[in-house]
Amino acid sequence: MTWLTWRQFRVPALSVFAGLAVIGVILAITGPDLVGQTDFSDEDFLYTGTMLVMYVLPAVIGVFWGVPMITRELETGTHSLIWNQTITRRRWFATKVGVGVLVAMIAAGLLSLAVTWWSSPIDALANQQTDRGMLNWLSPPVFSARGLAPIGYAAFAFVLGVTCGIVLRRTVLAMGVTLVALVGVLLAVPFLVRPYFLPPLEQTIAISGDSVMGAHGDNTGVIEGIVVAEPAGGWVLADETIDPAGKVVSPLPDFVQKCMPRPGEPRTGPPPSPGGMQSCLAQLGERGYHQRITYQPGYRFWPLQWIELAFFLALSALLTWFCFRRLRHLS
Amino acid sequence: MTVLRATGLGKKYRNKWALTNCTLEIEAGHVTGLVGPNGAGKSTLLNISSGMLEPTTGTIEVCGGMPGSGPEQLAKVGYVAQNTPVYTNLSIEDHLRLGAHLNPNWDAALATRRIERLGLDPKQHAGKLSGGQRAQLALTMGIAKRPELLLLDEPVAALDPLARREFLSDLMEAVAEHGLSVVLSSHLVNDLERVCDQLIVLVDSQVRIASDIEELIATHHRLTGPRRDLDTLPSNQHVISAKHTDRQTTVLVRTEAPILDPAWSVAQLTLEDVVLEYMSNPATVRPALEVLR
Repeated sequence: MTWLTWRQFRVPALSVFAGLAVIGVILAITGPDLVGQTDFSDEDFLYTGTMLVMYVLPAVIGVFWGVPMITRELETGTHSLIWNQTITRRRWFATKVGVGVLVAMIAAGLLSLAVTWWSSPIDALANQQTDRGMLNWLSPPVFSARGLAPIGYAAFAFVLGVTCGIVLRRTVLAMGVTLVALVGVLLAVPFLVRPYFLPPLEQTIAISGDSVMGAHGDNTGVIEGIVVAEPAGGWVLADETIDPAGKVVSPLPDFVQKCMPRPGEPRTGPPPSPGGMQSCLAQLGERGYHQRITYQPGYRFWPLQWIELAFFLALSALLTWFCFRRLRHLS
Repeated sequence: MTVLRATGLGKKYRNKWALTNCTLEIEAGHVTGLVGPNGAGKSTLLNISSGMLEPTTGTIEVCGGMPGSGPEQLAKVGYVAQNTPVYTNLSIEDHLRLGAHLNPNWDAALATRRIERLGLDPKQHAGKLSGGQRAQLALTMGIAKRPELLLLDEPVAALDPLARREFLSDLMEAVAEHGLSVVLSSHLVNDLERVCDQLIVLVDSQVRIASDIEELIATHHRLTGPRRDLDTLPSNQHVISAKHTDRQTTVLVRTEAPILDPAWSVAQLTLEDVVLEYMSNPATVRPALEVLR
């Protein structure tokens, strides 16, 4: 059965691996140049490219490996040929999905290894920064494109494709549904699930002329919050101003609303100096307000990666179990 | 020995019954034809027998076990589905290899010999085979598996008359050689008459008659005589169909007793006549169910 599975699977599998090989060569040539650089603005194209590839791979695996593995048999009727050999449907399915998931995980693992290695100088620089200038390795788009998480996505995408194939039985329809569902899950997990994998840390920062770096407001000029230095390499989940009673305030109280000129408002008096704005906002600290940051610290990168991998493998196992249940009623 | 025993078997798709209250018994060592118009439930019955489908009602036992229940059961039953599916991107050789890998009783010599005799190139991709060659490949896989019971769903439907004849005589040879039981379906009686010794007529998802073919021909008569009321017929004559003109009555009856009434002129029927009468008069009488021996 393994022989037959590979015989049917080798063309799609080898095409993807050929693509990965090309990407690997490009990264191997350009990667060593990045070491020691401090300005990566020239690498924007490649950097964006690696991110894109990391997200395209699970989609390709789900749509072009997972879906046809079952629907092609159902559509051409060959399932009735294979199910009438001396092999149970369960073994047939287990072999197919086992081989597919394994190859998918290897493909994603290799690509993730190459991309994580290639972008390590860029990530290292980003991890030292305390403003929001670069995406550090815990920021959602980067986190999902590094380390172990992509291996989980690949396994999940494959099983998702297989499941859609079994439920919908038509290749094109199942491909569309797989793609939509995969995008939905990959978008939802970073915001709805990942922040809670580990209890986030809290940091309270006194508001003073030194700690305030700026302010942000809505488009009518109402100041909603202040900007302070963020923990380097961390993933900030919430950055809030707290009043003396411990309540979150947004927008900020009236006495600081005049600290920055509103857009379109005729300027009176001398132009505000940057230092003036900061000391104006620092009144918050004098009145007992402070800033509270809720975040995942950078050193949790690998624990969070392992949890994310386990989470997606568990989702895959759940879908596989569902498929086994459906299999008996399939015809 | 019984190779197939169905009791009250039924299959419902959404709101439509494809097979209802099917009770059957098929003994080993026979070639049984399953005939009926399109959509009568032939494929459904075969699919249930092979374990491809689960019945909605009733029970079925094939070669002593529940269809599709496990490897031992799968080894005992061979099934060639309608349209004889094969893997288009695999060669003939690959198919035989697949069969050898997946079947403990696989007869590799038989498979190779058959492919050779059919004049097929083992390297050829199955996608490039003609309909007849594809059916032959599927049949080869079915036979080389060495099942106790081989189920064939409309195996010759896509074949031209010559290929049809070759396929069926080939099948007969394999049956004679290996002593396996066969159930094959067709909507053409002629195909079945040549190879089968038993016949099941399926109409409107119900078994109308199941009988030995010779017996079927011997017990059905067309009686023509002066117009009369059908109630006056002897009780051992079951009316299958009747036609009346002003002066004449033509009636098709099934009876095991000889026709004694001198008023009738009795005509023998061909198998096709009998089957067509059953197919075209689905509601005239209650189903004549019999056990096949």
